[in-house]
Amino acid sequence: MEAPWAQALILAPLAGAMSAFLWPHRARAIGLVTMLLLVMSVAGLGIQMARFGIYRHLVGGWAPPLGIELYADGLSLLLLAATAVVGAGVSVYAADYFRGHDAAHFWPLWLFLLAALDALFLSRDIFNIYVTLELLGLAAVALTGLGGGRDALGGAMRYLLATLLGSLLYLLGVAMLYHGFGALDIGVLALRIRPTPLVWATLGLMGAGLCLKTAVFPLHFWLPPAHANAPAPVSAALSGLVVKASLYVLLRMWIDVFGTVAAGASVLFGVLGAVAVLWGSLQALRQARLKLLVAYSTVAQIGYLFLAFPLGAASGWTAWGAVAYLALSHALAKAAMFLATGNLLRFGGHDRIADLDRVAQRLPLTTWAFALAGVSIMGLPPSGGFVGKWLLLQAALAQGRWGIAAVVVVGGLLAAAYVFRVLGHTFTQAPVPHEARPVPAHMQWAALLLAGGAVLLGFIAPFVLSMLRIGHPFAMWEAGS
Amino acid sequence: MSLDAWIPLLVVASSLVPGLVIFGLAERRSVLRSVLNLAGATVKLVLVGWMLWGVYQGHHYEISWPLLPGLEMELRAGPLALLFVTLSTVLWLVTTVYAIGYLEDSPHRSRFFGFFSLCVSATIGVALSGNLITFLLFYELLTLSTYPLIVHRGTEAARHAGRTYLVYTVSGGALVLLGTVWLYTLTGTLEFTSKGILTPLGQGHRAALTTIFVLLVAGLGVKAALVPLHGWLPRAMVAPAPVSALLHAVAVVKAGAFGIIRVVFDIYGVEYAAGLGVMRPLAWLAALTIIYGSVRALSQDDLKRRLAFSTVSQVAYITLGVAMGGPLATIGGVVHLVHQGLMKITLFFCAGNLAETLGIHKISEMGGVGQRMPWTMAFFTIGAFGMIGTPPVAGFVSKWYLGEGALQVAQPWVLGVLVASSVLNAAYFLPILHTAWFRPPPDAWPEERRFGPAETAWMLLLPPLATAAMALAAGLLASVPLSPLEWARLIAARELYRP
Repeated sequence: MEAPWAQALILAPLAGAMSAFLWPHRARAIGLVTMLLLVMSVAGLGIQMARFGIYRHLVGGWAPPLGIELYADGLSLLLLAATAVVGAGVSVYAADYFRGHDAAHFWPLWLFLLAALDALFLSRDIFNIYVTLELLGLAAVALTGLGGGRDALGGAMRYLLATLLGSLLYLLGVAMLYHGFGALDIGVLALRIRPTPLVWATLGLMGAGLCLKTAVFPLHFWLPPAHANAPAPVSAALSGLVVKASLYVLLRMWIDVFGTVAAGASVLFGVLGAVAVLWGSLQALRQARLKLLVAYSTVAQIGYLFLAFPLGAASGWTAWGAVAYLALSHALAKAAMFLATGNLLRFGGHDRIADLDRVAQRLPLTTWAFALAGVSIMGLPPSGGFVGKWLLLQAALAQGRWGIAAVVVVGGLLAAAYVFRVLGHTFTQAPVPHEARPVPAHMQWAALLLAGGAVLLGFIAPFVLSMLRIGHPFAMWEAGS
Repeated sequence: MSLDAWIPLLVVASSLVPGLVIFGLAERRSVLRSVLNLAGATVKLVLVGWMLWGVYQGHHYEISWPLLPGLEMELRAGPLALLFVTLSTVLWLVTTVYAIGYLEDSPHRSRFFGFFSLCVSATIGVALSGNLITFLLFYELLTLSTYPLIVHRGTEAARHAGRTYLVYTVSGGALVLLGTVWLYTLTGTLEFTSKGILTPLGQGHRAALTTIFVLLVAGLGVKAALVPLHGWLPRAMVAPAPVSALLHAVAVVKAGAFGIIRVVFDIYGVEYAAGLGVMRPLAWLAALTIIYGSVRALSQDDLKRRLAFSTVSQVAYITLGVAMGGPLATIGGVVHLVHQGLMKITLFFCAGNLAETLGIHKISEMGGVGQRMPWTMAFFTIGAFGMIGTPPVAGFVSKWYLGEGALQVAQPWVLGVLVASSVLNAAYFLPILHTAWFRPPPDAWPEERRFGPAETAWMLLLPPLATAAMALAAGLLASVPLSPLEWARLIAARELYRP
């Protein structure tokens, strides 16, 4: 007996978004109830998949290519879970962060964004993925501009252009694949794909579009202004979840469609990832403002996810497990970090790192949240980031890929440098003291619990990895390992 | 799973749980905080005593759960593990008393004691680790939980010292991580095993294994303060005295030295390591550290900095004993883990008393302090004579075994190092004693505080009394069962040189 958990994951936030739009005074309550439903649904789906394996559902009973199929394997499940958990944290935070007019704008867009994310993770049809990507992008841009002001609108504008261009390139790729192989379903494409020049051209278009949306170096230019100028809960959602969506699509396309016929391209991904890790970390180190530091840290952390592409062919699932684990821990840790940064911004009225002024004792919960999230970001044990880094290093060293191992280690050291640069200043007194404003307890706990989740991931790796392997999402790569 | 299996976990939890609770306590709840701390320390002591008795009779305590695919988090109490656990537990109790007295009325005590307990938990975890990944986990946790203690005072100097500490230790941790993962890809196991885990590899991968050894020892050498990786230790002395005493003189540096023991004996195996040709260079490096630390100590006027360079020198004895190979030298090195801890913590307690009571930080200010604070200086004297290696204090026993061990493995040059080091130790400790006892006191002390009738507060006086007594007892009663020396012999016989 299958319960309609997956449908609920899409319909609940969609219905919530519409209700919140229609009844703006109740938006906050509607949003929180919807979030609760989402968390319960994803737990239900997880339990169901742990028992029965892959989840498939034909919407309206129509089989593809005519109908829409909802599909979830372990990889989708983990990302859905990350969406629900990070979404819950962000919602609790936003409930205190946005008041009045802003809340009426925030909740419909935010719930709509969640619906688009869930739909994307449940799609296996490249055209449906395009639709969800576009919806996701538009909701994200609108949320970015929510704060108003010149910087926020400028950042949102750049973001809009980048995301539209990315979707367009992806759509061109979809058209070419459909023309070449007569299919849109990833499973069918996987069977029909042949190494033809058309495939390379498609990979180029789709890869460029998705890399642009994921903000991998050198296509990251839009990310720091957008993520640093958005309101704190939006930044958390953008860095934690939204960039993972396009990465997920790229990963799926690579694993099931392109990886076997265009293996050479993996080197390019690896090189971009390596440069992203180093460049992003160095930029983060140079920033004087905390939000920009955290945003550049996202550029660096995305780089790690691309390091696995050249390792995937020979290491089987270890490298892909590393990607999934790093993406998951980064989602939690980075969301926590942005929320903590939002607290610090509200507390002191600024986010200049050098003037943090003894927040370690005055705002201990938030400092803890930042520190624990930082532990996962730099990949020190015990944390989810450590597990991911360990798996990545293991895959790299087993193949003698020293360059990649060096990038992983150096990236970790640089991350430690920028995280502790912030933490060091939380203990000292600023030359010019400033007036502190109170920060609601919910906002502090939301950040702390998400950061705690990132640390907890370091202890439950066997469980998470076994969930990841439901339905063998990396089956095509495991023969060689 | 029997109750016994849970004991190692409980030993870690007995400081971890109070620590986490203490973080949440309001600043003014000083009584509850002290009760929690002391209760945790007492419970830990009882549990460790229970395990000591059990291990003495041949029991093993072990618990593990899956951490990563193919790898487990494993806590295991064997003789060697218990040596370090007992040292940390006893000294934690003593230092907690000291810290309660030392930090009376100073701000942010909840944060201080919280991280202090975390550090102790991490140290105990390092000691009880049953494999290299568990070790790595606690080793990094130790780095993280020490940092807030170094920057505790929140001054710019403290922040810079914290940064220096992290530059060294996080880089060291990265080397250990790299070496560990690489080793795992070759061996498929990281279990600490008597005689090492490399025998199945035969003579393959020699170059790789040599490099891994260098990575691991370099990474561990940072915390063990081997030259040239020692730079963080003297600078970390800005931390409050109890931190310098327990962490920098005992827990952190010993975690590094203990790791080197584990790598040499339980990962590589002495014979395999000797076959690789890595033991000789390690012994030379340790010898260099011994001499270099002592020479640098000579010219320090700041008392804590002189003690810090002395730590650099003395902790290298442990590495030297291990690197020489041979049971006697190993016993000397392993027992010095305890002896150095007892003596050095006494010295740091006394330095803290001088700073807290009279505001003395420099040796040049110490003239006549023996008349003002005779008890403190008496304990200091015992510790200093122990460091020099005068019988009957514990340091003599270590040096004796190291010397005999050198002759056993036919490396007489080590005797030269030991003699030179003792001369240097005398050269930097005796002037302190001379100044303190025989110079006239100044008209006024830099910053004097009165604590009732005694020379200083009781809670500052009892801890060095206890540790100085232990340092004397460890030397006088060295051949009594369950003395550090006898336990080290048991370790050598049952664990490290098991036939």
